[in-house]
Amino acid sequence: MKSAVIVFPGSNCDRDLAVAIESVTGTKPDMVWHGETELPQGVGLIAVPGGFSYGDYLRCGAIAARSPIVRAVVNAAGRGTPVIGICNGFQILTETGLLPGALMRNEGLDFVCRDVELTVENSQSIFTSRYAAGETITIPVAHHDGNYFADAQTLDQLEGEGRIAFRYAGAVNGSARSIAGIVNAGGNVLGMMPHPERKIEAAHGGSDGRRLFEGLLEAVA
Amino acid sequence: MKLRIVVTLKNGVLDPQGKAIEHALGSLGFSGVGEARVGKLIEVDVADGTSDADIDAMCQKLLANTVIENYRVEKQ
Repeated sequence: MKSAVIVFPGSNCDRDLAVAIESVTGTKPDMVWHGETELPQGVGLIAVPGGFSYGDYLRCGAIAARSPIVRAVVNAAGRGTPVIGICNGFQILTETGLLPGALMRNEGLDFVCRDVELTVENSQSIFTSRYAAGETITIPVAHHDGNYFADAQTLDQLEGEGRIAFRYAGAVNGSARSIAGIVNAGGNVLGMMPHPERKIEAAHGGSDGRRLFEGLLEAVA
Repeated sequence: MKLRIVVTLKNGVLDPQGKAIEHALGSLGFSGVGEARVGKLIEVDVADGTSDADIDAMCQKLLANTVIENYRVEKQ
C-alpha cells in the first residue's frame, strides 16, 4: 500500500509514524513536505503526525492547517482517501474542518506524557476493525492541548452516529465525554490524541497500536 | 491601517488558564476576584482601504477558531 506521511516544520513523530506504517504494510511511506502542493500519485493512506507544527503558534495546528499540502489532503479526504491524524495531526484536522470540535489546553494545565487506557467505542470503522467494541487497550499520550471540546449538539451527533472511536478509560485531560479519538461523517478520517505508532511491537512495552494499522491495511489493500 | 483584533473564548468554553489565574490572584490575597478569561490580542498592519469583508475573512479563516472563539476588530 502506498502511503504518505506529511512533514511540517516542528513535526517530531513523523519518523515513528513512518516506521510503524512500514512495519505493518511492508512499504516505506513517502515523506511529503508541507510546502508541496500535491500528494504522490496513488496514495492509499495519508498520515498527519504529531509534534509542534509551526511551534504551535497562534493555536495548535492552526498554521499547518493552512499550508499548501493540507489543501491537497483535504481534497483527497473528500474523495474518500483514508486520513489519520495523531496528536498534533488531530489538532490540524480539526483546524481544517475535516473533523468537528477543537483541542484545548489540558484541564490540569500540565503536559501529560504516559500510557493511558482507552476504550474502543466502535469497531466498525476502517481504523478500529481489528479491535472489539468495548475492549480496553493501552496507548501512550504526550500532549499539552488534548482537551477535546465541541458543543453539546455536536457531541450528541458524534455519539449518535457512532463516530467516537476511542474514549479515555480514566481522567487524562478533561476532554468532553472523555473523547480520545473521532472519525468524520464519511468514516475515512480519524483524529486521535494518543499515539498508536508508539505501541507497535513488544519492545515498545505493548503492541496495541499495531492493530489500528493492520486494520487500515486490510481496508485499503 | 492598523488593526487590533481581540480574540476571546466563547461563553461556555472552559478556560483552564483563566481558572489558574483566578486561583493565583486569590492566593496573592486579592479578594473578590471573579472569573478570569484568557484571550489574545493580534495587531495587523493592512493596506488602507482593505474591505471589512476581507478583514472578516482573515479573522474567520485564520486568526480565530470560531468553534471556540469570538473576535472583535478595532481599527486604528
